Amino acid sequence: MYNASDLRKGLKIQINKEPYIIIDFQFSKPGKGQALYRCKLKNMISGVIVDRTYRSVDTFEPANLEERKMQYLYNQGEEFFFMDLENYEQITLKSDQVGEARNFLVDNLEVEISFFDNRPIGITLPNFVDLKVVSADPWAKGDSVSGDSKPVTLETGYKLRVPPFIEEGSKITVDTRTGEYVTRVKE
Amino acid sequence: MLPGSKNNSSPGELERLAGKKPALQLRAKVLQALRLFFISHGYLEVETPFLIPAPAPEAHIDAVRAGDAFLHTSPELCMKRLLCAGYPKIFQICACFRNNERGNLHLPQFTLLEWYRLGANYFELMKECEDMVNFVSNHLGMGSKIKYQSLELDLKAPWQRISVQEAFARHASLSMKEALKRESFDKVMVEEIEPKLGSPKPTFLYDYPASHAALARLNKKEPGFAERFELYAAGLELANAFSELTDAEEQKKRFEKEREKRRREGKDVYPMPERFLKALSHMPEAAGIAFGVDRLVMLFADTPCIDKVVAFSPEEL
Repeated sequence: MYNASDLRKGLKIQINKEPYIIIDFQFSKPGKGQALYRCKLKNMISGVIVDRTYRSVDTFEPANLEERKMQYLYNQGEEFFFMDLENYEQITLKSDQVGEARNFLVDNLEVEISFFDNRPIGITLPNFVDLKVVSADPWAKGDSVSGDSKPVTLETGYKLRVPPFIEEGSKITVDTRTGEYVTRVKE
Repeated sequence: MLPGSKNNSSPGELERLAGKKPALQLRAKVLQALRLFFISHGYLEVETPFLIPAPAPEAHIDAVRAGDAFLHTSPELCMKRLLCAGYPKIFQICACFRNNERGNLHLPQFTLLEWYRLGANYFELMKECEDMVNFVSNHLGMGSKIKYQSLELDLKAPWQRISVQEAFARHASLSMKEALKRESFDKVMVEEIEPKLGSPKPTFLYDYPASHAALARLNKKEPGFAERFELYAAGLELANAFSELTDAEEQKKRFEKEREKRRREGKDVYPMPERFLKALSHMPEAAGIAFGVDRLVMLFADTPCIDKVVAFSPEEL
């Protein structure tokens, strides 16, 4: 059982017997007023998104999901293939089920696949993933618009801003929850 | 361990902290400017204890227990005791602690600036807010036109003043009266009104319904309203102020009500702050304000997340 104060982005809860994941979360407390927990929730089966505002007295059931450790193999068009490392069983997720996680999926990455009623429905990435920079422009010092960062493209096609000392071919750690650069990986 | 987070420790600790340097330098400058402003305006800086036996009993503010005592949720009660004893202009900048408050705008430990003035009312504090924020902005070399999260912010006084009732009429889908009846005042405030306040000029939202002000004086002409205001800049709530309630009997009744609300919701019920109530019986007319220092730094740092303006969030400890 979760309390309202446990709510946060990424938490999976059950509403009307269906699993939902919180995709956006905002804690609000208008001056001297009561705490309000504003959530954007995605139905993990249908993909439908709903807005809900909860109060501190509300409680929540955890989503009844089974999580299995699996390895990402490859994708073919709209389908992404994963393999269970214990029994070598393979499963497929559609690209809308993978969502933004595709930005950080590299071959052989270990992830968690969520099952509901024995059906694979979603993916949870490790918080930090190491990815290779495949293209980076040299940093133009004095470019006041971009400040102390420059854009690069990663091996997955994902683009983000990094400090100027990151070069093409470097490996960097990315926080998969925010999509932001964390550090350079020392080889 | 947070629900939903995975057990791998955070890399890049050094880079993360180093990356906060511009924000922490800005924070230090804001603190210096605040002290300069209040000292040059004849205020005495005071320090009151963090560890107290009885925090103000307010329905929606939860204190952190520390042994047999509590960490203060604001320095309000002790500062008012000083005010009653003949300290006419005082300010304090200190850490405050509130349980169950965590979000992009909330930390369970945060920094408040409070100041109190004898013989003043809430409208005079509005003027002082205008002067103070402009002083800080000039001290930072940022002038009177800034941007917060791509919203224009023009700090030049006078700022916008709008009553709560007017704000409901202008921005909400129902009237204030109706919202109170349906117990959705807070929800409508957060969802429909707050996002529209404070741009291009910061906004003072004033005259709250009497039910929404545990320590404020009621308006003499319209006793359904309390002389209280909140300050918003570009949607961000910065401060709460009021003409102080100076009637000890009335204050005790209101505290009883707030304690009853807490009891009904199954929350911790705090002891009655007896010494404060006793002091209140000889408090002259005064006004006081609590101003969020972290939020003020967020405004000048142009960041939507309070974590960015403190060295460590609770999850990073």
